[in-house]
Amino acid sequence: MPTLAAGKKQTPRRQGRPAPELIFGDLWTYDPAPETADPKLKKRYELFINGRFVAPKSGKYFSSINPANEQKLAEIALADRADVDAAYRAAKKAYDTTWGKMPGAERAKYLFRIARLLQDRAREFAVAETMDGGKPIKESRDFDVPMAAAHFFYHAGWADKLDYVAPGRRIAPLGVVGQVIPWNFPLLMCAWKLAPALAMGNCVVLKPAETTSITALKLAEIIQDAGLPPGVVNIVTGAGETGAAVMGHPIPAKVAFTGSTEVGKIIMRSLAGTDKKMTMELGGKAANIIFDDAPLDQAVEGIINGIFFNQGHVCCAGSRLLVHEPVADRVIAKLKQRMKVLRVGDPLDKNTDVGAINSKEQLARITALVKSGVKEGAEMFQPACTLPAKGWYFPPTIFSGVSMSHRIAREEIFGPVLSILTFRTPEEAVEKANNTAYGLSAGVWTDKGSRILKMSTELKAGVVWANTYNKFDPTSPFGGYKESGFGREGGRQGLLDYCRLV
Amino acid sequence: MSRLPITKTPKVYVGGAFIRSESARVFPIRDAVGHFFANIPQCTRKDLRNAVEAAAKAGPGWAKRTAYNRGQILYRLGEMLEARAAEMIEALAMGASSPRIRAAAAREVTATVDRLIYYAGWADKYEQVLGNVNPVAAPYFNFTVTEPMGVIGVIAPDAAPLLGLVSLLAPAIVSGNTVVALASESQPYAAILLGEMLATSDLPGGVVNLLTGFRKEIVPTFATHTHLRAVSGVATADERKALKLGAAESVKRTHLLKAEEKTDWFADRAQSLEAIHDTLEFKTTWHPIGA
Repeated sequence: MPTLAAGKKQTPRRQGRPAPELIFGDLWTYDPAPETADPKLKKRYELFINGRFVAPKSGKYFSSINPANEQKLAEIALADRADVDAAYRAAKKAYDTTWGKMPGAERAKYLFRIARLLQDRAREFAVAETMDGGKPIKESRDFDVPMAAAHFFYHAGWADKLDYVAPGRRIAPLGVVGQVIPWNFPLLMCAWKLAPALAMGNCVVLKPAETTSITALKLAEIIQDAGLPPGVVNIVTGAGETGAAVMGHPIPAKVAFTGSTEVGKIIMRSLAGTDKKMTMELGGKAANIIFDDAPLDQAVEGIINGIFFNQGHVCCAGSRLLVHEPVADRVIAKLKQRMKVLRVGDPLDKNTDVGAINSKEQLARITALVKSGVKEGAEMFQPACTLPAKGWYFPPTIFSGVSMSHRIAREEIFGPVLSILTFRTPEEAVEKANNTAYGLSAGVWTDKGSRILKMSTELKAGVVWANTYNKFDPTSPFGGYKESGFGREGGRQGLLDYCRLV
Repeated sequence: MSRLPITKTPKVYVGGAFIRSESARVFPIRDAVGHFFANIPQCTRKDLRNAVEAAAKAGPGWAKRTAYNRGQILYRLGEMLEARAAEMIEALAMGASSPRIRAAAAREVTATVDRLIYYAGWADKYEQVLGNVNPVAAPYFNFTVTEPMGVIGVIAPDAAPLLGLVSLLAPAIVSGNTVVALASESQPYAAILLGEMLATSDLPGGVVNLLTGFRKEIVPTFATHTHLRAVSGVATADERKALKLGAAESVKRTHLLKAEEKTDWFADRAQSLEAIHDTLEFKTTWHPIGA
């Protein structure tokens, strides 16, 4: 049975002393609890162009690997310029002949259908998402897939109410849009991109990330089943070159990108001589700020969720913890204690908290940045945990004694690595939080309402979570300030980025 | 014997003060009949950087003013321009005697006053139209509000040198942004006079900074200056490309009209809520609902 201990001495729990620690480690082992639903994977996935699954013109395919065990899941068609061009021509034709002319109320019904069909196959999609990307099944099951369905359902209802999007102005769709999405929330990002574009009446060419194409192509099956007119949604798969072809093609009136700030800038430069509209959802280095009056146990849960959700592969991850000095020791002690009971391992296990790192390259990047943290003199803590022998994993990691100049305090790590800094006054917290080129999100933990509102006003970030973290909703606009990009996704404001004023 | 009139030495309005270019350079402008009129400061990249610094300093204070107060200050600016309309018409007509030119100048001045009044009225309303509460599917109070971006670069057109300039800067400052603007290169004098009116309008120093000079010297720095969070204005194809290339380096927002296409600054479309929206960020805040 578990034992209760408080540091070295047995003392009653009191303010200012470390809370009693539940020690499970050697006493219990967990039985595996694998999710066994069939992900219904195909051996080979083709491109989805003009309503049909078609082989790439080059005849080339690449492998999609399960990061949890390094096994090949399927082979995916590699789209080249010619395929992208075919996709855009199909989209243009669909816009000119069907989708662009359809009354909003009819468009809405297709989107409602997609939402429903996705809900029907939710478990299958969740398993596929976890196998393809490495995220814990509890996250794909309880967050990614239901949230993706919710995005289609929410935006469906807008399709015939667009007069209310921009009061006083008449709006029209842009036409054809190109979209490139990342590997951290493969299906959910499809939904974030497709739903508002389609509700507004645009047709789309979308490229998923090369390591996580499967759920996008499974969504194409649903799009077929829903009877969406051919060419309204086209999905082309491949890596950077395919992405460049999607962004650089002359047909789209707008391109939308979610990914790193580095690639976002490359795209902005490549389109500088054109009139293409853009939205950019780029990187982040969010500050999660804990004041001494915060409910500390809840805050610790928020810190854990903020940085270890989806292995930290989250652009809005709370990767810089700013702790008020008077409670820094207590917060760090509680955090370490909480980290010891995080379960790292098989993403398909229903009890897994932290799954596999999405790719070998990402693991190498995380490892390199963590090394720099140690080298630059920050103090590292990792709980004891056994990582699976095969697959790409990284233990939950925190650094204390971090200063603003450390690489781990400035660069986006995109992994389960938290950098802890301290502050003395609210002004210092704001100063440190804003001292970054990014501005996607921030967290504030305090019992004081007026302080929340003041902090929320002064933090240069597009999303502020107060006494919570990493919450998302289709009705809630998401997007960044500064080098975290421009444009919003979700809510009424998100629709503004897919229309033009007439 | 007739008295020799005292002519004014044109100075640009930066950081609430009237200055000449740090380079001490000037360029001459001529009046409608071709006589020497005045020497205008030929501002440099360094003048632009200094102006951005002044704008950045003024930003937080201006953004903290109440919306009601910002609205009144914009209205006051309209009052100043209305009261000195004759002088501004002179500045635009530059001594032309043609009734057509004088009427056009008068029309531009009244349209500019009306534009200021239009945006003054938006100050405490745009938030109610652009922001909202979001009904999230969980026990959270979730709301989206707007915030000013920070320091905005404005590149004014040659057509309608006063109305174009004010149509670009008013929607930026109404929400609490501060502006660094480059006046029309060919007709800079209206901006010189506008600076004098801004100085007497209760607008805090540094909120609007007006530079005069040559586009080819200054536009590249508008592109690359990382403290400018957005650039609005009218630009040629080459300038647009340069501005967007520079913007990529700091993910700057650009809202550029084409110099080769005629913009009707007098049209209803030339004033809009969307113009205010262009220099705003949306911020969404979440808070749990519970005991």
